[in-house]
Amino acid sequence: MTTAPILEIRNLTQHFGGLTAISDFNIKLKNNQMAGLIGPNGAGKTTIFNLVSGFYQPSQGEIFINGKPTAGLKPHKVTALGVARTFQNIRLWNQMTVLDNIKVAQHGKLGYGFFDALMRTKVYRETEDRINHEAYELLKVFELDKFADDFPTNLPYGLQRKLEIVRALSEKPSLLLLDEPAAGLNTVDMHELIRLIRWIHDSFDVTIWIIEHHMDVMMELCDELKVIDFGHTIAEGPALEVQKNPAVITAYLGDENI
Amino acid sequence: MKSLLQRYSVQLILITLGGLITYLAYEEAIGLYTLSVLMFMGVNIILSTSLNLVNGNMGEFSCGHAGFMCVGAYVSSILGVLLFAKDKVFGAPLINPDLALYFFPLIILTGGAAAAITGLLVALPSYKTRGDYLAIITIAANYIIISLIENLGVIGGSRGFMGMKTVVNTMNDTFDLPWMVIWVFIFTVGCVWALRRYNSSTFGKGVSAICQDEVAAEIMSVNTNKIKTITFMLSSGLAGIAGGLFAYIIGYVNPGSFNILKSTEVLVMVYLGGMASLSGAVLSAILFTILLELLRPLQIIKWVVIPLLLIILMQFRPEGIMGNRELSDLFPKLKRFYRFK
Ligand SMILES: Nc1ncnc2c1ncn2[C@@H]1O[C@H](COP(=O)(O)OP(=O)(O)O)[C@@H](O)[C@H]1O
Ligand SMILES: [Mg+2]
Repeated sequence: MTTAPILEIRNLTQHFGGLTAISDFNIKLKNNQMAGLIGPNGAGKTTIFNLVSGFYQPSQGEIFINGKPTAGLKPHKVTALGVARTFQNIRLWNQMTVLDNIKVAQHGKLGYGFFDALMRTKVYRETEDRINHEAYELLKVFELDKFADDFPTNLPYGLQRKLEIVRALSEKPSLLLLDEPAAGLNTVDMHELIRLIRWIHDSFDVTIWIIEHHMDVMMELCDELKVIDFGHTIAEGPALEVQKNPAVITAYLGDENI
Repeated sequence: MKSLLQRYSVQLILITLGGLITYLAYEEAIGLYTLSVLMFMGVNIILSTSLNLVNGNMGEFSCGHAGFMCVGAYVSSILGVLLFAKDKVFGAPLINPDLALYFFPLIILTGGAAAAITGLLVALPSYKTRGDYLAIITIAANYIIISLIENLGVIGGSRGFMGMKTVVNTMNDTFDLPWMVIWVFIFTVGCVWALRRYNSSTFGKGVSAICQDEVAAEIMSVNTNKIKTITFMLSSGLAGIAGGLFAYIIGYVNPGSFNILKSTEVLVMVYLGGMASLSGAVLSAILFTILLELLRPLQIIKWVVIPLLLIILMQFRPEGIMGNRELSDLFPKLKRFYRFK
């Protein structure tokens, strides 16, 4: 029996008015793979993540998560299929404590409703105890527990990035999408982040797909790379080969972010 | 001992307060005027805390709260008169009036449920677009509700509807207590308590997640449409309960009492108290009720003074009295003495 790929994208095309942001994009990600997506600014990388997480509905093409099509699903339903993500610009809930940021992300599997919340029924109390405990334990694993009652904005920038990744992981996804996780980090934090992502990959049963500008981060982390430019796939394959590909060098030429 | 005090202090204070007011009302130690101001205070607390849920906690902008109040007021009035009073249109009471006392909370809750369903109808189309849409549609709903009732001759049209005094009197005949005072007190406490529980549950915290970043909320598994619907229904349902109580306090309703001016009053209370602060909304409702009474001699000029106050407030303290903090955030030591769950 063959198991379905964690993520499969077939002939994905996305138009915004007259602009074709993505054209005919294809990918298959296996269980526990770590893949990368690179390309110059405005190439369409974030758009692909927005399509996968259900934030946009594709103009053409199909997306399957664990073999299930995502067409027509609202983002929270796509999340329920096993996708979680971070954002290029950090999108934590800043007027909520660090612990609550994790707890609210458990909404999809709360298992109690409005009247339970008012009546504080048994299922309410059990669920709240459980997610409180789990959220705290998860923060502990990532050494963020001492900030549990702080607001995210009080954390150093690097830790905010980390918290956003932890919040995504708390969804227990089978596919984790990281959109430029190293953006805005200094070199020390960047190495810390590379270690963190590798550690997550080794310890959790999760496929990771990363968008990143920093070539060195990608070379260290990913086994497979895909390069897009103006929505077209211009190269793909093992990281070392892709780096030497003339088309990639041209696309990046003059881009100081390499 | 201390934890016992902490555990039961709120209940103790509430029972003492409720008992005291009831006793004073029963002994006629407080005059009818003061009593009605106290009851309007309760109604205003329900109105302000419930609108605060949508405009403060959820960050939407609903402007027609009095419309939902109106639905609750009319539904519970008509139901009460139909069941328990002799009326020239509806005829003899359908149920033995002695039972009015026991059915009264159900009648008020039915008004609340009707208002919640109206809220659902208003909320549903508001998902397609964002921003000002809810403001416009709630104002429109406010007008539609009033016009509908003005044109419904059976229930008095614009002349209004009465007969609720009979129901209140039957309750007092059954058991001689100032029942309206008691019911207003119970429903006010119940409303604040329900909102407090809702806001502090992980389920209800989805509301502030939507307020802070709706995209992140939806992608982090919050069913934003569902939460928005439930929240809006809760808010309009509570407004309906406030409307029902209002109707039975006065004993008379007319569509004019629920116009856009009334909605504006509620908005003023919410902004006065501070967005997303439950204790702020309670506090400002109390202050506002007193203020309205003080300004009563000014008659219509009060509608110059109140907006002026709002402008001054926005200039010097745009976040309202409490900002988005609660009483217990300002005085953390208070937490040692009470627990309100
Ligand atoms: N919602 C949108 N509406 C219109 N154009 C968009 C939208 N989202 C992205 N685009 C356009 O699509 C292109 C790809 O953007 P994006 O995916 O953000 O690039 P990047 O590779 O830098 O992440 C850009 O030209 C951008 O302006
Ligand atoms: Mg991007």
